[in-house]
Amino acid sequence: MSTGIQESETEADTEEQDTAAEESAAQRQRMETKRQRAAERDLQEKAEEELDDSENAVELKVFRYDPEVEGKEEPRFDTFHVPFFKGMTVLDALIYARDHFDSSLTFRHSCRQAICGSDALFINGRQRLGCKTQMVDLDWPVRIEPLPHQDVVKDLVVDMEHFYDQMESVEPYFDPEETPKKSDLEEQRQDRENREKIKMSTRCIWCGACMSSCNIAAGDNEYLGPAAINKAYRFAMDEREGENMKQHRLNIIEQEHGVWRCQTQFSCTEVCPKDIPLTEHIQELKREAVKNNLKFW
Amino acid sequence: MSQSYDRGTVEDFGRWKEFSAGMWAWIFHKFTGWVLVGYLFTHIAVLSTATQGATTYTQTIRGLEALAIVRVLEVGLLAVAVFHILNGVRLLFVDLGVGLEAQDKSFYASLVLSGAIVVASVPTFVSGAF
Ligand code: HEM
Ligand code: SF4
Ligand code: FES
Repeated sequence: MSTGIQESETEADTEEQDTAAEESAAQRQRMETKRQRAAERDLQEKAEEELDDSENAVELKVFRYDPEVEGKEEPRFDTFHVPFFKGMTVLDALIYARDHFDSSLTFRHSCRQAICGSDALFINGRQRLGCKTQMVDLDWPVRIEPLPHQDVVKDLVVDMEHFYDQMESVEPYFDPEETPKKSDLEEQRQDRENREKIKMSTRCIWCGACMSSCNIAAGDNEYLGPAAINKAYRFAMDEREGENMKQHRLNIIEQEHGVWRCQTQFSCTEVCPKDIPLTEHIQELKREAVKNNLKFW
Repeated sequence: MSQSYDRGTVEDFGRWKEFSAGMWAWIFHKFTGWVLVGYLFTHIAVLSTATQGATTYTQTIRGLEALAIVRVLEVGLLAVAVFHILNGVRLLFVDLGVGLEAQDKSFYASLVLSGAIVVASVPTFVSGAF
């Protein structure tokens, strides 16, 4: 991902410094003025660039819908022109549009750093986090819609209830059969390999992008969906929970609307903002389920 | 999920331009699979003319192979079968959890390879028909 911000070369500077230190005072003086002039030039360039950029405006086409306000019950697209600055994300642009043009523009956001999972949106035809999507990485004008396959409550806000229900249904909490003795510091230790195995699966931020991208989840309301299965993976693969609990977890995911609905379209893996290899985890659980049930005698 | 109103092409095939490799692989695989099932019926129909004697069978086959459209359809059948087999092997690897990070590349590879095999087969299939 490019933020569009040019990072300044620091390496060359330190090198210069190292060699300069060994040279005469006069030489050091000369190098110092040279560095100052370079810094001034950098600043000047930056200012010029920023001036140029401020003339740049991004055009946003934002989905609008408000069933409770007369004249707004019909879905429509509003166009906003927002001044562009370097490093601007889609969320920044939406906030600007809301604060400067239309305070009724509604969307969820909180952390602005891809960790709360509240601003998954359908941006230029793809599920992305508004706060993790740089304007420079998109084709302009930028089209922003609510997540597909979820009911729209208002503008860009969708009903996440069903998604949360599916997440809860896999019992997404650590539930070990045995807890360590008090004398063992009460720590539930996990070995490094096992931690590494579940590492990616722990990163889910419950944004719902994967579920929205999944063609199967769209057609089968009962399908657990990629995020819930990934949650199940996170705990089923955690060795600290014990064998019985793993059986219980496998029973949940091999239900009719569990892992076997996945058709390996990879849509979820493509859109997950936390880069979780969802399809890989679903496939591994399929193999676990088969191994669990296969008997040759 | 149920929709409280029609969101137009947001959620249907109208978005085909935005489909990614894995989605196309799925669509093509289903399509080619069902074409193959369809062909199976035609295949049985043609073969069963053999129950009416050797000459009937030979005449049916000769009659069909004399038609240019049949030759063209045969190229199409090969294309469909080759893609289904190559992508089928890709899916088997996906099921085994092998090379999942290259799933898009392996889809493109099956496409290109299918194309190459089909093009190479054209002279054999159409010889004498046009
Ligand atoms: C070497 C030959 C073949 C291979 C390797 C192969 C492989 C596969 C695989 C792996 C799938 C599962 C796709 C998935 O996971 O979603 C599949 C599906 C399918 N195959 Fe084949 N196949 C072959 C030949 C055939 C033939 C000859 C036919 C037709 C008679 C056929 C018809 C289908 C159909 C209709 C489906 C889709 C089933 C569904 O809707 O899920 N395949 N094939
Ligand atoms: S798995 Fe990825 S896309 Fe799905 S809810 Fe979690 S963070 Fe979002
Ligand atoms: S605002 Fe928290 S994830 Fe984007």
